[in-house]
Amino acid sequence: MVIDRSLDFLWLIPVLPLVGFLVAGAGCLLRARAKSVVAVVACGSVALSFVLSLLCVMALAGLPAHERSHVTTVGEWIGPLGLDWSFRLDPLSSVMILVVTGVGFLIHLYSVGYMAHEEGFWRYFAYLNLFMAMMLTLVLGASLPLLFVGWEGVGLCSYLLIGFFYTKSWCADAGRKAFLVNRIGDASFIIGMLWAWVLFGGTFDIAALIERAPAAAAASPGSVTAIALLLFGGAAGKSAQIPLYVWLPDAMAGPTPVSALIHAATMVTAGVYMVCRLSPIYVLAPDAMFVVAVVGAATALLAALIAMAQDDIKKVLAYSTISQLGYMFMAAGAGAFTASIFHLTTHAFFKALLFLGSGAVIHALHGEQDMKKMGGLKSALPRTFLCFSAGWIAIAGVPLTAGFFSKDEILYKAFLHSPLLWAAGLVGALMTAIYMTRLMGLTFFGVSRRAAHDDHDAHGEAAHEPPVTMMIPLMVLAALALTAGFVGLPAPIGALFGGHGESPFAAWLAPVFHAPEAAIAAPHPEGHSLELLLMALSSLVALFGIAAGLRIWVTRPEIADRIAVRLGAFYVAVREKLYVDELYDRFIVKPWYALSRGMGRFDTGAVDGVVNGVGAIMLTSGHVMKLFHSGYVRSYAIAYVIGAAVIVWYLL
Amino acid sequence: MIPFSSVLIVSAVLFAMGLVGVLTRRSALVIFMSVELMLNAATLVFVGASRALGTMDGQLFAFFVMTVAAAEAAVGLAIVIALFRRRRTTDMDHVSLLKW
Repeated sequence: MVIDRSLDFLWLIPVLPLVGFLVAGAGCLLRARAKSVVAVVACGSVALSFVLSLLCVMALAGLPAHERSHVTTVGEWIGPLGLDWSFRLDPLSSVMILVVTGVGFLIHLYSVGYMAHEEGFWRYFAYLNLFMAMMLTLVLGASLPLLFVGWEGVGLCSYLLIGFFYTKSWCADAGRKAFLVNRIGDASFIIGMLWAWVLFGGTFDIAALIERAPAAAAASPGSVTAIALLLFGGAAGKSAQIPLYVWLPDAMAGPTPVSALIHAATMVTAGVYMVCRLSPIYVLAPDAMFVVAVVGAATALLAALIAMAQDDIKKVLAYSTISQLGYMFMAAGAGAFTASIFHLTTHAFFKALLFLGSGAVIHALHGEQDMKKMGGLKSALPRTFLCFSAGWIAIAGVPLTAGFFSKDEILYKAFLHSPLLWAAGLVGALMTAIYMTRLMGLTFFGVSRRAAHDDHDAHGEAAHEPPVTMMIPLMVLAALALTAGFVGLPAPIGALFGGHGESPFAAWLAPVFHAPEAAIAAPHPEGHSLELLLMALSSLVALFGIAAGLRIWVTRPEIADRIAVRLGAFYVAVREKLYVDELYDRFIVKPWYALSRGMGRFDTGAVDGVVNGVGAIMLTSGHVMKLFHSGYVRSYAIAYVIGAAVIVWYLL
Repeated sequence: MIPFSSVLIVSAVLFAMGLVGVLTRRSALVIFMSVELMLNAATLVFVGASRALGTMDGQLFAFFVMTVAAAEAAVGLAIVIALFRRRRTTDMDHVSLLKW
């Protein structure tokens, strides 16, 4: 009974965190002090939202498969454009709201412990709740503009939270960089959205767009491809893909739970979600799909490469996130939308876990982020180590973990689409295993390299396990990272357990993805031998990567230095992030500045010159004219007479 | 029967007198009277033209002009009185405030 009614309250899911934001924001403005109040309000609003999401999804599951799409309209938004505040719950958005509210709640809980000693506790939770509200608007929005409202809202919160420690200039700069880079993508998104409005006959509603897409694609395939690419441009900005990924590593300037929530689990996956949401349009534009796949694969490889040589623990995870997002786009580009969303889900779990774990490490070491100064934390932080290990083996793709299943699904689908994509994915997977093992080795294994003059002793004993509010989310996420994969068991393994055909996850998403995936499905081979073979291969690769990583960074640390020396300039280049930031600075930012300065001179010279010139002319003529205004009535009268005489003379 | 050309000549003379009065005299009252002279010159042309053309339009306008002149006289004299009260003068050369 409660479940049946819950769909009517769908709109409350984004509104609850919004209320939390208003309360926390008001408290912030009133300079409230009591931290427990805001902790309860913020966590409570998200928890309620999560419970409501669960109820709604259960209600949705109670409907027959082909009817699982529920739209709630709260009110009119922009009447002339036919835009309403409409929220759509379907299998795809239900997966997203569960991930967003579930992981979001855990991270809120974690933040209570993590931020306990920080200034601006209220402000932090106000931003975080606003983020939740915006993210849920993005996910549930039934029309592109409403999705875009959420899209921009999360961008704003991202900016505010990256620059949370705004007194440090590099944090504020990082926030600004994220905001500006995202603007480029958003401009592309807006153009794509408006073009779609024009081409598809004046509608913004996503369902209507999808319905009208085939006709539009038949009429002008080029325009649909362009629209798909423009929208993907927006996704590349938000989801940190080449060439717009440069903001995400810098975004690590924000508090670590923010990195976990916004820059790993939820916001950065918005681009993937958007592409999957519009998958019926994308499959009509194979060229755009190709671009998506190639960009995804290239990003996955490039970011994994850079991640191998970073020393900042959060930078490694940031590049790892970019790389994993690349996998998701690769899957989407290959037409495997289910695999893409599956990886999005498992990635949300294990990457949030890794970020929160790194937060626990940083917390324990009083803000130290350089892995070169860590080491040997296994004994000091045994429980954090255990949880972190779960994330490590999940992302590395050790068999039977969540990351293994989702990554293999992507690799298998990529292989069917093009073996070249698969090869790129496999190399990326190897690098993933290596850099994550490097991270583990430098952080938890080996001996402590913490400076002796630190106020705690050199063996790291003073480092302490995080408080319970931080430990619970770690443990829950660790459990999910290990087991969440079982909802999406690949067909051959599912068959072992007596399943047949699709996994539960794929079956749940089938109403959304069945049609688009069937539209461009690669020929499916008979039997499971190919899939099993690829699976075995990628398991071997993952295990090899871990073994190699352990040997290089744990048992024989001197090998790492030797490799670095051997690689020489290449190693330095990778460590310096391949100089992409410098290249952008040299070829885009600096020319842009020069252009802006030129524009500025044009503005102050030509534009202002015209305006000031007009004023000057008026002033001068006024000075001349005023000579005629003596104030003597007689002179005016003479002027009349002369004027009248001239007119009369002219008329006669 | 006075020819229309004579009427025009008289009226032109009257108008010229009025105009010279307006342009040369300094007393507001005299300027005012000169203006009335010019108005009456115009009225004279109206009446003369009316007779010459055999229509009543001109005479109609003559009444209009008289009405307007009466109203104008009321307003104008009021201004002159107000001016005199404030400035103790009706010399228009001493009243040259209306300038930049």
